[in-house]
Amino acid sequence: MQEPSERGSRASRVGVFVCHCGTNIAGTVDVCRLVEYAGTLPGVALAREYKYMCSDPGQELIQQEIREHGLDRVVVAACSPCLHEKTFRTATAKGGLNAYHFQMVNIREHDSWVHEDKDAALEKAKDLVRAAVRRVRLHQALETKRASINPDVLVVGGGIAGIHAALTLANAGKHVYLVEREPTIGGHMAKFDKTFPTLDCAACILTPKMTAVKAHPNITLWTLSEVTRVEGYVGNYQVNVTRKPRYVLEDLCVGCLECIEACVYQQAKVLDEFNLGLGKRKPIYIPFPQAVPLLVVIDPETCIEFKSHKCKKTCVEICGERNAIDFEQQDRTETIEVGTIILGTGFKVFDARRIPYYGYGTYPNVYTSLELERLVNASGPTGGEVVLRDGRTPKSVGIIHCVGSRDAHTNRYCSRVCCMYSLKLAHLIKEKTEADVYNFYIDMRTPGKGFEEFYNRVAEEGLKLVRGKVADVYPEGNGDGRLVLQVEDTLLGMVRKVPVDMVVLSVGLEAQADAQEVRRMFNITCAGEGFFLERHPKLAPVNTFTDGIFLAGCCQSPKDIPDTVAQAGAAAAEALALIDAGSIEMEPNTAYVLEEVCSGCKTCIPMCPYSAISFLEDKKKAEINEVLCKGCGTCVAACPSGSIRQNLFEDEEIFEEIEGVLTYA
Amino acid sequence: MPDGNHGPFEPRIVAFFCNWCTYLASDLAGTSRMKYAPNTRVVRVMCSGRVDPQFVLDAFARGADGVLIGGCHPGDCHYQEGNYKMLRRFHLLKRLLAQMGIEDERCRLEWISAAEADKLKAAVNDMVEKVRALGPLHLAIPKEEFAEEEVAVS
Ligand SMILES: Cc1cc2nc3c(=O)[nH]c(=O)nc-3n(C[C@H](O)[C@H](O)[C@H](O)COP(=O)(O)OP(=O)(O)OC[C@H]3O[C@@H](n4cnc5c(N)ncnc54)[C@H](O)[C@@H]3O)c2cc1C
Ligand code: FES
Repeated sequence: MQEPSERGSRASRVGVFVCHCGTNIAGTVDVCRLVEYAGTLPGVALAREYKYMCSDPGQELIQQEIREHGLDRVVVAACSPCLHEKTFRTATAKGGLNAYHFQMVNIREHDSWVHEDKDAALEKAKDLVRAAVRRVRLHQALETKRASINPDVLVVGGGIAGIHAALTLANAGKHVYLVEREPTIGGHMAKFDKTFPTLDCAACILTPKMTAVKAHPNITLWTLSEVTRVEGYVGNYQVNVTRKPRYVLEDLCVGCLECIEACVYQQAKVLDEFNLGLGKRKPIYIPFPQAVPLLVVIDPETCIEFKSHKCKKTCVEICGERNAIDFEQQDRTETIEVGTIILGTGFKVFDARRIPYYGYGTYPNVYTSLELERLVNASGPTGGEVVLRDGRTPKSVGIIHCVGSRDAHTNRYCSRVCCMYSLKLAHLIKEKTEADVYNFYIDMRTPGKGFEEFYNRVAEEGLKLVRGKVADVYPEGNGDGRLVLQVEDTLLGMVRKVPVDMVVLSVGLEAQADAQEVRRMFNITCAGEGFFLERHPKLAPVNTFTDGIFLAGCCQSPKDIPDTVAQAGAAAAEALALIDAGSIEMEPNTAYVLEEVCSGCKTCIPMCPYSAISFLEDKKKAEINEVLCKGCGTCVAACPSGSIRQNLFEDEEIFEEIEGVLTYA
Repeated sequence: MPDGNHGPFEPRIVAFFCNWCTYLASDLAGTSRMKYAPNTRVVRVMCSGRVDPQFVLDAFARGADGVLIGGCHPGDCHYQEGNYKMLRRFHLLKRLLAQMGIEDERCRLEWISAAEADKLKAAVNDMVEKVRALGPLHLAIPKEEFAEEEVAVS
């Protein structure tokens, strides 16, 4: 271990600034005693306290004290450095010091908020302050580096979130790559007929935006595509996008759909994914009439030509000179460079089979809410008629709320949209069938603009509301195919058995099945429930912990369309802010090699996941490329001769910190 | 740190947390106002891969009763594989510590993601309990020599 004295002297005019954070810190940690103690530490020239150190006067105070008292280092004991390290570095720099002659102590998140014993909390704060003072005395002046921002943006997922973000950016003149894995954009919203609370037609508000995406000169739209590799860092990401074959050439197909008509399959026989299996399609098809791009797609699993190579290929025949069909098409990989990325990969609905006693998959007349969205949809498999699988119109319908939400056995969280869409479906079913509709709810959750009004309106239409969690769904004994819902009506205080023709399960919203893989690829985090984690729940709701990567829509948490669109706009604005700034400050925490000490053992070379370390054959020394280094410090810890060092995390700074927390006061 | 000479024994635990997962889990425990034992002192590093075995030895030499290392789950390291590098080193380090007579429970590695505040709380509390049961660390060799040993090890 190298003694600090070997690397220049310790600074001796440290200023310690302790924040009360109102009562957040001062309510638990005795700030006066902490300040008094800090003032006695070796090297400390002055210690001050202030109610809100991050406020303007607080920052002014730091600057003023630096100038008046000739401070050479600054320690601020306040909240987490993740919140205000930047603020105080700036204040330190404004006071005339190097921004990195600063160290932050976390006495809020790591102390006052998590401990009740005031004496113990004060002791902890003293230890942490002492360690920081010892550390900061060794801090070196560093230069802030900046990375330039490539103005192109990648948007992943073409639901309403991705569509809105892409259009906002494109309208601001930025080039956007929109990558969607399905054959069409639109996401879940494209499946709905009407949207709560206004009941406006989903297609009428969504399809103009979908076609605008296709037509926009600034948007490159890739459907049937997925991101397969992400490298680089904020401002400079290299991304591979794998484009799966459509077997139809996008620039030659004119969307006349004649080939679908001509297919050797006279009848549509394949279960249609877009309609969740409630309808049929041919092996050559379009997902739905307003699909964007409006291009046919061939499903190699069911197309005879792919299975036997003996098809008459009537589709190719009718396409004729356009020659748009290509059975030989293969996966292609495009490599693009972008500066920022917005993830709008959405959600999946809860798998209703996980609650066996509701009978989904067992009783044909149990449906999920998403299936109902297709049934009520004018362009759906039944042309908008609500009918049972045998073609009968239901006379009574039971909608069960909170399926896969607010339940310790499935998901604890509330999916936020189910009460509202259940009311919407109740209204639509009533409108179309005049059936008796029962809504079984735990609590009716309608917080949102116009939501409570919508609830009242639907309730007044004669909806039967039953407060209680349905415990069982079973066929009626007399064999007429009806299903009985057994529920404890908590308002009447009795168990009820309600027979209905159709059961609708209001399934909750879950993270995508591949959310973990996706977040690994983009180097971001998932919260406990599997949704992508935002940088801060309140103040950075669309940012992630990886700079330049933003979140929009249901991939971050369940939400309705208005909130999704608002978030997508916010994510676009965050990306624009980076692009227009042109560059971003980078943490100068890179590693470097002390050439004189390096023994050329090459231990470090395989340590680096970014290939930032190379071996100089002529000198027999290792060298670190500062641009490629991301500052993890793994090579620093691995170097047997101690010749690799890390800015901001120098060995002796860390040793000072360790010894600092352990020294008795 | 609580002074071992006054009152009942309070373990002194130095924690090395990576910036992207376990440090953030600690922050989240704070914002969620969870309560846990006040015996840890966190030293922030960018990645668990930065934790040099010397840091751990130094902590023990300077009077720590336990050392807790926290990083991202395998496969989740912000720098791809720093935590795997740490894990390899950790196994070697454990053997060294055992030879020095430092009990297994005194040095612990935990994978705690940014969302797992409750896991952080549980890990800290559990470690404090276990180390409290072990009592203060009495190194077989005097601390001064131990510190020199450390230089030899590096
Ligand atoms: C039954 C039901 C009814 C609803 N009714 C209403 C309503 O009436 N009003 C309302 O405001 N809200 C309603 N909602 C909520 C609404 O669906 C969501 O707010 C909205 O769809 C969220 O949009 P999104 O873009 O975030 O996600 P999604 O709509 O899920 O879109 C995500 C898109 O990303 C694509 N994708 C996913 N992963 C990848 C990947 N790795 N690579 C490339 N592409 C990917 C998907 O294919 C999809 O196209 C309802 C929800 C349900 C379940
Ligand atoms: S960043 Fe957390 S272990 Fe590497």
